[in-house]
Amino acid sequence: MKRVLVLGTLAVACAAAAQTPDPTAAEFDKFREIMEQDNPAELFEVKGEELWRKPRGPKNASLEKCDLGLGPGVVKGAYAQMPRYFADVDRVMDAEARIVHCMITLQGFTYAELAKQPFSSLTRTPDPVSIVTYVAAQSRGMKLAAPQNHPKERDTYEAGKAIFFYRAGSFDFSCTSCHGVDGQRIRTQPLPNFTKPEQAIRAVQGWPGYRMTGGVMHSLQWRMNDCYRQQRFPEPGYASETVSALLSYLTVNANGQVYRGPGIKR
Amino acid sequence: MAEPMKIRATLQGDVADVRVLMAHPMETGQRKDAAGKLVPLHFIQTITGQLNGKTVFTADVSQAVSRNPVFAFKVKGAKAGDKLSVTWQDNTGDKRTDEVVIRAGS
Repeated sequence: MKRVLVLGTLAVACAAAAQTPDPTAAEFDKFREIMEQDNPAELFEVKGEELWRKPRGPKNASLEKCDLGLGPGVVKGAYAQMPRYFADVDRVMDAEARIVHCMITLQGFTYAELAKQPFSSLTRTPDPVSIVTYVAAQSRGMKLAAPQNHPKERDTYEAGKAIFFYRAGSFDFSCTSCHGVDGQRIRTQPLPNFTKPEQAIRAVQGWPGYRMTGGVMHSLQWRMNDCYRQQRFPEPGYASETVSALLSYLTVNANGQVYRGPGIKR
Repeated sequence: MAEPMKIRATLQGDVADVRVLMAHPMETGQRKDAAGKLVPLHFIQTITGQLNGKTVFTADVSQAVSRNPVFAFKVKGAKAGDKLSVTWQDNTGDKRTDEVVIRAGS
């Protein structure tokens, strides 16, 4: 009995130590809070909405018939329930992959042109990035609920988990090298441990994100790609099943927590 | 090139709190591109705020202001439902105007 009590106290002490905010991180949190009130990500929301509604592409169609999983054209709450299984393509897709799919099937764009320069630079923000920002904003304040009902959704989660733990490359790295341990950091950037549900939310929170350094909008597709680059892995295909699988693993781990909409990064 | 602004105008008493987010590269003219060439100066020079068509706010802006800048100002004597528009003009002559209806504050 006494031993159990001691163990209990120890566990509480450990939890408290893990939660003590690092003073540098606390300052950045304050900074981020102020910046969030006027987040330039909203400019991309406005632009993304315009791109969603306007007839575009070789087929001169809008994306208003795009099915994000809640029925054609339903955007509200769709982002919080992705990645999910889509019967028409018989695979699990994350939000950006689905948007790319809709741009190809409804508007007639080609994958090759969308995948050529899929990430934002100083001079150019690709359309899918703006659109995913608009779609994500329509789930602001909602609980994450990436479904795990279809067998393929469960398979994709397991695939994502396998990728997350897979060690390879010239540095013998895996995602867990940085994101599987508590209290890690890269320079001043604290790294969340995504294997724990309470920290897994940070894989979703703040994305898509406006990065103040450079003033560009980045999506989760970019984040996954850049983690691959930092691990010295070959780049995953843009909007590929690999990225959807990783995002399934990360989002499902964070299920039930509230998504606060597009964020801001320093 | 000019992309839409995001304007929020909320009433607090008879003072409207206006916050404007603008999409603009705000190039200082001192940055070099990948090829080593100077990126030409490109920045917002003037900002004008109008309440029901009457100018209530003007600002001269320099190239020292950040990319995608935020501006905030207060307008006295505004009512809910009033139209508030904001216009910027940059050094290349490019312009953008957006308008919102002032909302009653909580």
